[in-house]
Amino acid sequence: MSQQEISSSVAEQVAGRTPAGVARKVRGLSDRAIAWIFIAPTIVLLLAINVFPLIWTVYLSFTNFRANRPNRDVEWVGLRNYERVLTDSDIWHNMLVTSHFLFWTMFFQVLIGFGLAWLINKNFRGHGVWTTIILLPMMLSPAVVGNFWTFLYQPQIGLFNYVVSFFTGADPSSFQMIGSVDLAPWAIVIVDTWMWTPYTMLICLAGLRSIPDYIYEAAEVDRAGPFRTFWSITLPMVMPFLMLAVLFRAIENFKMFDLVVELTSGGPGSVTELASINLKREAFEKWRTGLSSAFAIILFVTVFGAANIYVKALNTVKSR
Amino acid sequence: MSTTTAHSVVAPGRRTRFVAGLLVVIYALVTMVPLAWIFLTGFKTPPDSISYPPKVVFEPSLEGYVNLFTTRSRQTPEYMESLPPPQTWYEELVRSRHMVIAGPSKFGERFLNSVIIGFGSTFLSVFLGTLAAYAFSRFKVPLADDLLFFILSTRMMPPIAVAIPIFLMYRTVGLSDTHLGMIILYTAVNVSLSVWLLKGFVDEIPREYEEAALIDGYTRLQAFVKVVLPQMATGIAATAIFCLIFAWNEYAFALLLTSGTAQTAPPFIPTIIGEGGLDWPAIGAGVTLFLLPVLVFTILLRKHLLRGITFGAVRK
Repeated sequence: MSQQEISSSVAEQVAGRTPAGVARKVRGLSDRAIAWIFIAPTIVLLLAINVFPLIWTVYLSFTNFRANRPNRDVEWVGLRNYERVLTDSDIWHNMLVTSHFLFWTMFFQVLIGFGLAWLINKNFRGHGVWTTIILLPMMLSPAVVGNFWTFLYQPQIGLFNYVVSFFTGADPSSFQMIGSVDLAPWAIVIVDTWMWTPYTMLICLAGLRSIPDYIYEAAEVDRAGPFRTFWSITLPMVMPFLMLAVLFRAIENFKMFDLVVELTSGGPGSVTELASINLKREAFEKWRTGLSSAFAIILFVTVFGAANIYVKALNTVKSR
Repeated sequence: MSTTTAHSVVAPGRRTRFVAGLLVVIYALVTMVPLAWIFLTGFKTPPDSISYPPKVVFEPSLEGYVNLFTTRSRQTPEYMESLPPPQTWYEELVRSRHMVIAGPSKFGERFLNSVIIGFGSTFLSVFLGTLAAYAFSRFKVPLADDLLFFILSTRMMPPIAVAIPIFLMYRTVGLSDTHLGMIILYTAVNVSLSVWLLKGFVDEIPREYEEAALIDGYTRLQAFVKVVLPQMATGIAATAIFCLIFAWNEYAFALLLTSGTAQTAPPFIPTIIGEGGLDWPAIGAGVTLFLLPVLVFTILLRKHLLRGITFGAVRK
């Protein structure tokens, strides 16, 4: 049984430094100097490529700047861009589409991922090899995955339609996964689930393996049935792991762009137009730089805020 | 739930194990079908690739791979007859479709761009990450928690949100559509993963090793290079593969910030057009060549996958 842990706090890991006696004997650069020389390049890079652009985005969000007309006079428009984003019905529609995508991908990935992990944890012969095979899709390029799934989803000639018609008897050209308003939102959920279920599976598996055998043995001594054992031991102990998986996936899927753009480019109409896809349109096709900056800031604040609340909830579950 | 209840919960019975294994194998096989299909499509002829019902058994052809690497033009029969006999097998293959090879396609170039940008940014982010991780792990850095959280939080931004000012910035300093620009950008994205992962690996190296070296008269830098770095080798290798895979797979920045010279493969592959629509065998070939290195790396990396995908939060 390998041991796993969710590292609790950064402070804990850093604890226990070089004793002062040893430190004093060190020749050469002082530890303090080395610490700064080692950390500074990373911080400088992040300031230049992440923080500076972010501040610039905040500034742009208060202006009517257009990136395709850099020489035009830039006017300060105050909160007008934010007002327009928050009252834009298209953007609210994007948020609705994103929520649908987020909810169902998380639902299926948690359900199937946990189920698979639970089965793999039965340690049948060869489980290592099969686990590795199951993991492959999540390491691939989402854009390329989206692209080749359009091939599988082709009406008439696509393998997906063929398989569905083989099992249901429906005519393979009678439905279009990415061409139909009703099916397209599910088409993107299916591909994302195919690609990312291994992610929740792998983390759940770590959770299941972290449960020490003696707890199950104790449950057996207490004559707890399998259901009881599952509900009062397995599930609560895997919960922190599961929640962590959902956190990472939800952040990624909230930002989702590449996979869906290649798959449906937001269509038909705008039924699969996730927030990021519309953001790209506003910023790089309509060139409304000010408005899209405000949109970007709103998205970032939403993820950041939601993630923070979620992490608090996660810590509560963990400490229980 | 388990099918056997009489046995110990800790060690599942034979039947439970068999059923569990069977279900997992079925899932694994089903999940491989899309990948197998695109792999097979790469070896079909264009008519075979769009036939109905989909062909599982077909005569393999390298036409997809030839089309992937070449551009071709259709010619009149008279012109075709006036040509000297084909010199190579691929010329013959193209001629059989009444076309001649006009030149190499851009795929090779795009693939090479992916390699250059992938390796360049991986090297830089692992280099920066190793230094920062060591410092965070071993020294008392003021506000260490906040700095580490800051490094992580840069990952939460939607790429498009950062892309707007980076697009403007790169346009001003002349970095748009350059290898260097993309390397810097991917390094900035990857360095957060690199710092977090490597810090986990350094934390696991007992500090007694370096302390012994320090007492023996090594300077701190010597101790780092001669004692800690060799111990970090596995961690560095695993982190490098993660960074490489990310840079290799990245699409949004590549789409928005490159168009020609520095364009990587992911935005390029979907645009491969044949006569009368997308050339699926060529796309299948391109996807196969592009995904193959990642599959190999994933298998090499399998022991560290868990750590990598959770930024070191869950480790084995």
